[in-house]
Amino acid sequence: MFGLIGKKIGMTQIFDATGKLVPVTVIEIPANVVVATKTVAKDGYSAVVIGVNEKKKNRVTKPYGGQFPEGIAPTKILREMRDFGKEPAVGESLGAAALEGMRFVDVQAVSKGKGFQGVVKRWGFGGGRASHGSKFHREPGSTGQSTYPHKTFKNVKLPGRMGRETCTVQNLKVVRVDAANGCILIRGAVPGPRNCTVVVRSAVKKTK
Amino acid sequence: MNLIQKIMAEQIKPEVPGFKVGDTVKVHFKIIEGKTERVQIYEGLVIAMKNAGIGKTFMVRKNSYGVGVERVFPMNSPRIEKVEVVRAGKVRRAKLYYIRTKVGKKAKIKELLPARKVEKAAKVEKAAKV
Repeated sequence: MFGLIGKKIGMTQIFDATGKLVPVTVIEIPANVVVATKTVAKDGYSAVVIGVNEKKKNRVTKPYGGQFPEGIAPTKILREMRDFGKEPAVGESLGAAALEGMRFVDVQAVSKGKGFQGVVKRWGFGGGRASHGSKFHREPGSTGQSTYPHKTFKNVKLPGRMGRETCTVQNLKVVRVDAANGCILIRGAVPGPRNCTVVVRSAVKKTK
Repeated sequence: MNLIQKIMAEQIKPEVPGFKVGDTVKVHFKIIEGKTERVQIYEGLVIAMKNAGIGKTFMVRKNSYGVGVERVFPMNSPRIEKVEVVRAGKVRRAKLYYIRTKVGKKAKIKELLPARKVEKAAKVEKAAKV
């Protein structure tokens, strides 16, 4: 799937062609350098390895730096895109202009961490009544029942760490591809905090 | 300037709005019906302005056949052709929400007339020049 690495800048609003204010997320697309290509014949699958944010060669470990061919500076972020669609040469750099013509995209990022949360926020439990003598407010309730099953099943929804996990939002509309500013404007929200790394891919479910 | 400010700067209208809260204005609003375009004029009292960068808005209230109508326009909307001031108002607050509950004379806003002292000073200046 064709896609590039970007950086979430933040949200704003813009007027569309009909004069309506549309909420958009601005994603900066820095120069995505093609570090390696993988082929079915050699690797068993086809993919393109791209990287962003150049680093000095002496700042990376030798095993990490060894992945980069001669003449290409090591990058901070590396991602492999399977079945890229295009066939760029190693060393080629792709920018926001490469996303031109795309109408819908899927955006993947690590969501914001929410910390230790209870079941109401984490799993959407309804909770109990607040007043009228109720002693059941936001608790998870019973998990092991009584004589049967007499144990707590695996994967029972309980309080715990929430967020900070890889999350993909599908079918987001592309409002504008701004090659001059090197960014792409996507309608609506995108997972992750500001300045986080996101992967913008062409939509899987909406090809047109 | 960061990227968001850059994108917003392209959208924001350069000229400052020539009206304030309390003014009676005519908003020339473009309406697109299929392929045809026409301009609708909405006249009323500006009762509030909200500043939110590009999302800056102003609220215009009018009385339409005995029913109060309030409309919020985005200040930077490309669909607003122009805003004409019919009558400048003299008000002492930024939001005139109190006017919703008032009828008759109490719902009126005093007209802002050019200050007399300034006028006098201008006259004196003119005389001096002559």
